Amino acid sequence: METTLRPVMEAIGITKLYPGTVALNQVDFSVYPGKVNVLIGENGAGKSTLMKILAGIEKPTEGRVLLDGQEVHFTDTREASAHGVGIIHQELNLFPDMRVADNMFAGKEISNYGVIDRKAQTKLASQVLDKLQRGINPNELMLNLRVGQQQIVEIAKTMLEKQLKVLIMDEPTSSLSNAEVEVLFHLIEDLKSQGIAIIYISHRLEEIIRIGDFVTILRDGQRVANAEVKDISVNWIIEHMVGHSNLTIEKLPYPGEPEPVMTVTDYCLPRVGGGWTVDHVSFTLHKGEVLGIYGLMGAGRTELVESLMGLHPESTGKLVLAGETIEKPSIPEQIARGMVLVPEDRQRDGLVQTMSIANNLLLTSIPHFTHNGVIRKDQCKNAVDCTVRDMQIKVADVKHLISSLSGGNQQKVVIGKCVMANARVFMMDEPSRGIDVGAKTDIFILMRKFAAQGNGVIFVGSELKEIMSVCDRVLVMSNGKITADLAGAEMTEAALVAASAANLFTGKAATIEGSVIQ
Amino acid sequence: MNSTVSNRKPQAGVSLGMILLKGRTFIALAILLLYFSLRAPNFTEWGSVVLMVKHASIYGLLALGMTMVIITGGIDLSVGSIVGLSGMITGGMLIEGIRLPWIAGTLYPNVPLILLIVFLLAILVGLCSGELIARLKVPAFIATLGAMYICRGAAMLRSGGATFPNLFGDAAKGNLGFDLIGAGSIPGIDVPYSILIFIAMALIAAFIMKKTPLGNQIYAVGGNERAAQLSGIKIHKVKVFVYIFSALLASMSGIIMTSQLRAAHPATGESWEMNAIASVVLGGTSMSGGVGTIGGTIIGVLVITVLNDGMIMMGVSSFWQMVIKGVVIIFAVVIDLVQKDLQKKAALAARLK
Repeated sequence: METTLRPVMEAIGITKLYPGTVALNQVDFSVYPGKVNVLIGENGAGKSTLMKILAGIEKPTEGRVLLDGQEVHFTDTREASAHGVGIIHQELNLFPDMRVADNMFAGKEISNYGVIDRKAQTKLASQVLDKLQRGINPNELMLNLRVGQQQIVEIAKTMLEKQLKVLIMDEPTSSLSNAEVEVLFHLIEDLKSQGIAIIYISHRLEEIIRIGDFVTILRDGQRVANAEVKDISVNWIIEHMVGHSNLTIEKLPYPGEPEPVMTVTDYCLPRVGGGWTVDHVSFTLHKGEVLGIYGLMGAGRTELVESLMGLHPESTGKLVLAGETIEKPSIPEQIARGMVLVPEDRQRDGLVQTMSIANNLLLTSIPHFTHNGVIRKDQCKNAVDCTVRDMQIKVADVKHLISSLSGGNQQKVVIGKCVMANARVFMMDEPSRGIDVGAKTDIFILMRKFAAQGNGVIFVGSELKEIMSVCDRVLVMSNGKITADLAGAEMTEAALVAASAANLFTGKAATIEGSVIQ
Repeated sequence: MNSTVSNRKPQAGVSLGMILLKGRTFIALAILLLYFSLRAPNFTEWGSVVLMVKHASIYGLLALGMTMVIITGGIDLSVGSIVGLSGMITGGMLIEGIRLPWIAGTLYPNVPLILLIVFLLAILVGLCSGELIARLKVPAFIATLGAMYICRGAAMLRSGGATFPNLFGDAAKGNLGFDLIGAGSIPGIDVPYSILIFIAMALIAAFIMKKTPLGNQIYAVGGNERAAQLSGIKIHKVKVFVYIFSALLASMSGIIMTSQLRAAHPATGESWEMNAIASVVLGGTSMSGGVGTIGGTIIGVLVITVLNDGMIMMGVSSFWQMVIKGVVIIFAVVIDLVQKDLQKKAALAARLK
């Protein structure tokens, strides 16, 4: 790719090592002024790591970052922003009970002899907000603003620095309505015309084609492609994003009759502030099947499985589990019926950090190992040892704290806990996130094993390769709806990606081949 | 890879340090005992030992319940007031009986019936706090603070603030024998019932925590409520249980205290909840929940009691007693945090290898 522009910011040969993984491997990335520089890749490809390095949140293990041709070493975001590099995170960092102006100056208050100068803050804030022309009052309380307006405040915050050169936006549209997306795009045009370089991270391919100028694609920590947006298509992006799978999991067949184990009809979860997080979803899970649910972040996949589990009492719909119709599911009842959820965030929702490995495994099933209400130590020990062996959990001693295990082994403990509860329907939400390749493969093999034993397995995932190599059938969700139900030969990467972008703000499927349900 | 971790013995210095850190409350108790037996007159006499253990039993009952509550991540500020209220209800029934307006008479329940009524009342208080906390998600601090005021107020209202004196019972009313609970002991060995009650309740509490699924669930709820919920644990039931159990133990403490004094005073038990919390924390229970043992709490109770009584026997002014107690509690928690930090680092280090 040849261009006459000089980059304002350059990353050269960036390598970042984390214990056990290479997050970035010799990545070059150029950021051009007055352009939207798109960074794209699957989850775990290294986008956020690269972004964090540019914004001063992380330091590279190797490599250099140049700003205006000068090598820079930011120690934190504050220093980065003083050099004109601002970042807007996917989750907004705002204080809802404070005024807009106070939010903008949080952590860098203007003060006279230790007394905060609200007048000066308000004045400066309104100058910046006026420049953005979105009619936001600096005296308004943050909580009274819509999400889109809050995001504009975040942008305004970065513009308080006199010389904003580079603005990093991490999935800025993921929580915006269609109208708000339009507002944001206009704002991005304004910023471009001021010569500010935008680094734009998004999963929404159509968006990228629409507002992007340059695209850099990362895969497995490496830069695989680099192009000007005018030369490329959505297909080109997908091709480079996914690459070619080398993950092979033997899809063990289930010898029995593939009768339905769970039927979901018209399941809904209302979204706070209108609309649906889960929008009239219907599907059937069969015995011996690994059913994938693919989609982008915020597509409603997690909420769907959580609703089925009984975590959202406000959800509605019909659920038939092994012939039994369930009206209002509650978690203990669902577990008793053989339904389990391996939650997305294992630290927060799956494990009790203060307890031992053994006690974590026994969390659900301990009442089974009692005699007259008293715990039978020997039975517990047998069951725990048995699970540790079956699941190949690498432990020194099951009495050690759960935090002594690696991420992959912790995840196996969460799954083991479910196995010990005699599950028949396994719902696994991103079970492979943040764990090493070996453990991933182990977990996929286990999933196939559970299915081959006549159970139903749901695999909620956002990595195409994994979904395609493990699942028999894939449902694609987008914006709360199921936009595709693909099996066998229809289950292509292109079709999955296309369906995951359907039903977004255009309401239409992306214009590429693949069988997409409208 | 992991076998190397398991086979690697920690260095001797580290493990000795850890043992000292972990057994610190026990060591503190030993040092206190040694110090006071040298410095305080009469400290080692059988009489003073029994007296101290009797004190420990009364405070200890509160601390047992408090341990479970704090392990779930909660707090129970109402136990001191429940001590006072239980005493007043007991005293009231012994002296005035229960008026039955519809037959214009008065019922004098016998001692077992009185105990049953007081226990039921305590269970009701615990149930209310528990439901507020578990169902309506009222912060435990607020719910039990409210219960504290209500119970204390109720205790005052029972007699208009006056004391019920001379609670020996009356043969004519058929309620003799109440004073035996506090004063009596098993014939032959000079161990008062109050101590035996405490030992029995401590065993029950330890049994629940160690040997029943409920105990495991109490730890799980305090360690990570969301994970506990997703694991199918009925969080609501667990929380309500601990507040009921705590209130029940507090009422026992109130009854024993009243019986020992043979009088019920509505201010009895004021600030005892703080003593209980201090004992629990000294015993190594984490205020953030999920970690703690009944055994640790018992040692914590002994430390607090020995410190209290020893200083009294030495003639330390009560003002200084408070200051010293405060210093000891803060010191204990700081060491606790240091230990946790070291453990966390060790766990991470083991994982990175």
